[in-house]
Amino acid sequence: MLQGIKRAIGCALFAIGLGVSPAQALDADAVSGLASEDFATRMAAIDAIAASSDAAALELLQLLQNGEVYLTEDGQVILEFDEIVDAVTLEPLDPEPDFYDSVIVNNRMRSKLSTAIAALSLLSDDREVRYDSARALEDAEDPQLLPVLAKALSTESDPEIRALLVHTRAVLQLKSDDPDARLQAAEALGESNQRRVRELLAAMLQTDASGAFVEPVEEVREAAEKSVKSIDRRLLLIDHAARLFSGLSLGSILLLVALGLAITYGLLGVINLAHGEMLMIGAYATYVTQTIFRQHFPEAIDWYVVAAIPVAFVVAAAVGMVLERTVIRWLYGRPLETLLATWGISLFLIQLVRQIFGAQNVEVSNPSWMSGGVEFMNIVLPYNRIYIIGFSFFVLALMWLMLSRTRLGLFIRSVTQNRAMAACVGVPTSRVDLMAFGLGSGIAGLAGVALSQIGNVGPELGQSYIIDSFMVVVLGGVGQLAGTVYAALGLGVFSKFIEPHIGAVLTKILVLALIIAVIQKKPQGLFALKGRAAA
Amino acid sequence: MNRKQFLKSMLGLTLGASTMIGATVKAADTIKVGVLHSLSGTMAISETALKNTALMAIEEINAKGGLLGKQLEPVVVDPASNWPLFAEKARQLITQDKVDVVFGCWTSVSRKSVLPVFEELNSLLFYPVQYEGEELSQNVFYTGAAPNQQAIPAVEYLMSDEGGAAKRWYLLGTDYVYPRTTNKILRAFLKNKGVKDSDIEEVYTPFGHSDYQTIVANIKKFSAGGKTAVVSTINGDSNVPFYKELGNAGLKATDVPVVAFSVGEEELRGIDTKPLVGHLAAWNYFMSVKNRGNRSFAKMYKTWAKRNGVPNLDTVVTNDPMEATYVGIHMWAQAVKQAGTTDVDKVRVAMAGQTFKAPSGFTLTMDETNHHLHKPVMIGEILPNGQFQVVWKTRKPIRAQPWSPYIKGNEGKQNL
Repeated sequence: MLQGIKRAIGCALFAIGLGVSPAQALDADAVSGLASEDFATRMAAIDAIAASSDAAALELLQLLQNGEVYLTEDGQVILEFDEIVDAVTLEPLDPEPDFYDSVIVNNRMRSKLSTAIAALSLLSDDREVRYDSARALEDAEDPQLLPVLAKALSTESDPEIRALLVHTRAVLQLKSDDPDARLQAAEALGESNQRRVRELLAAMLQTDASGAFVEPVEEVREAAEKSVKSIDRRLLLIDHAARLFSGLSLGSILLLVALGLAITYGLLGVINLAHGEMLMIGAYATYVTQTIFRQHFPEAIDWYVVAAIPVAFVVAAAVGMVLERTVIRWLYGRPLETLLATWGISLFLIQLVRQIFGAQNVEVSNPSWMSGGVEFMNIVLPYNRIYIIGFSFFVLALMWLMLSRTRLGLFIRSVTQNRAMAACVGVPTSRVDLMAFGLGSGIAGLAGVALSQIGNVGPELGQSYIIDSFMVVVLGGVGQLAGTVYAALGLGVFSKFIEPHIGAVLTKILVLALIIAVIQKKPQGLFALKGRAAA
Repeated sequence: MNRKQFLKSMLGLTLGASTMIGATVKAADTIKVGVLHSLSGTMAISETALKNTALMAIEEINAKGGLLGKQLEPVVVDPASNWPLFAEKARQLITQDKVDVVFGCWTSVSRKSVLPVFEELNSLLFYPVQYEGEELSQNVFYTGAAPNQQAIPAVEYLMSDEGGAAKRWYLLGTDYVYPRTTNKILRAFLKNKGVKDSDIEEVYTPFGHSDYQTIVANIKKFSAGGKTAVVSTINGDSNVPFYKELGNAGLKATDVPVVAFSVGEEELRGIDTKPLVGHLAAWNYFMSVKNRGNRSFAKMYKTWAKRNGVPNLDTVVTNDPMEATYVGIHMWAQAVKQAGTTDVDKVRVAMAGQTFKAPSGFTLTMDETNHHLHKPVMIGEILPNGQFQVVWKTRKPIRAQPWSPYIKGNEGKQNL
């Protein structure tokens, strides 16, 4: 009953907010149309309910959009609150029905609903509601909305919402009978950055079957043509910006997966085929952290990714150090044996993870602050990708600081450049090897955290990235970090700029072919060290 | 022959004899049933549940006294999403394990890989997944949908006023035989309906592809030219990054609906489905179908999953290929009973015309001549809870056309 009172208050508030007459009972015929099996009748019912444009209608439409309007077996339309009530009279049903099912709402109805709801809430007091409504109306094509828009514009003061409404009105006026209105609209729409608007304007310049222009007035055609050109220029820019972003995103992932390898292979010279499995271990560490958070700290679940970063680093580094101590250190200077041994380790680790976690992929979910995206110039930049770009540069900066500013970094660089001399002046080379291998593996673990946020986490996760990581390190030039960075970002952006033209499969082939060509020409990689160190 | 050698050979003889006796005793006790589904690799996301369903159905039959007075004994192998390995494992099942029938495969490429083995050794395969058609074999029973029982009705629905009256088509698939052939049929069908080539875009990605940024951006761009629908034949775990990208990029179903042919309740587990509400799937069964048979089917699977410790117990779901597996095993059991033997040739004859009351609520019939089931078609939209709401369905099961009439040269090829 409390719910009922709340509902009544809610209705009243809505009514005041909308500035329409207080809630009256809905038209029973219109509501019963929702029960029809016939699609057209259901669509007509939505129109009829929306036409009464009062608060009760708005609420019913919103419930319908959320799939919360139900049908009994004999076709009565009902709502479910604390009690089950009739949708028109709001009287509780007695006895309650045994069986009821949602009114079927499909995509067509949903899009009609969102337009109708938006039109009804354009005058709301809440800025957010008005803004969302204006956004929802952006793609509307129904000229009957023009009076609603005019009314909203007469009172709207928020510049952002006004801009949206003016844009929508212009799009609708393109179909107007009045040439002046069309001319104004065509001129105003030059500011648009929507591809859909461009197509609408371009369609006016076409000729129909009889050879006459779709748009009869030449002046309007000229304006439209000018606007099309201006939109095209902007779209081209937006296109490039979008590709650059996805290129950067792919590049940052390549960079993350290759950074660890740049140390173990690039600096230590270990052909480490188990590198991919370090990524996989990092991803599974994320999964385990998530499970622990779910069980013990469900209220902080959104922050499990942050907690997973040190966990993944430590776990992967520990595994890497154990491997170095037990297997790899005995094989320094014997590349072929190292290659075979690390390959064996990689198979061993995959099977081990399969035994522990099962062969199926495990579910790692994005925390809420990494879902969705920010819209910018009509392109959506997903948050998870933005964070990963940031994260990869963060890791890069840490690693650079570590190598250039700390004692361990100094030792690593000295051992890389001249092991014998470093040993002579007292650098504990075997310990440095251990630490460096641990560092490389730990960074791979960090990459695993990032990968778990964009793709699948399964035992074979590493296999799909091992080729990419070697590709980046070899292309960039073995033995130094800057090359790895250039190669990763370069490859990412390059792939994304050619993918739209030739497709994902061919892109992969072309990139590999290109790398072979580069290695033929420059066996040391694109950014090889010069001088004696390179020899 | 000295004493040592004699002892050795005697030992060998007795060992050999005892294992032979063991084998015959075992063979007499049970009927062996092979289960050939990937339990690792890119297809494990879809196929593991089918293995579970097969084991559950076998237990169910055993609990009711088995077949011909014998218990069924499942032999499970893992071909690991590796197509040539499917053929090896199939051969192993038939020749070493001596199974009488095999339930298995998901991707068409795996079915094509095992087909010669089944034909050579004259054994039976029950294939439970919707596929592209253009194939008929004496040794295979197809319990999934042919294109006219899934792909064509789905596209017709999206073309209709009710489905959104789509004018442009983005055909997106994984790069192998099923998506390529299905899209070939769809392209021919769309052209037949007067859709221009410039309004059809066909795009493929490799198995396990995980970066869908460019493709989602292109779909957005393509859809500016008119009402667009995406037909997705992406298979395996690539669907997770695809739907994640779709949700993050804010491409809503009311703008550009995506209809998928290989995505069901199982694949949507573990994806946040709220941004995906309204995207569609076409199948012959949904877990949300309301009838008593389906309730007990879902309950049986949940109980089985609990007893066998399936991971993520609380979210287990049933889906179309699971239903098809279940129907297939029961129909085979009925045919064996009717034939009184597990002999392949006799069971094949007995299969024709078998009927079974399926969890979909319809009574399905095995066609007399073409080894396919008559199935109802349902189109569902994704709900926020990861289930599907049926928005359109056929009133009756329809007969399969394994040879699509939209491909030239297929006339008169409908039957075996």
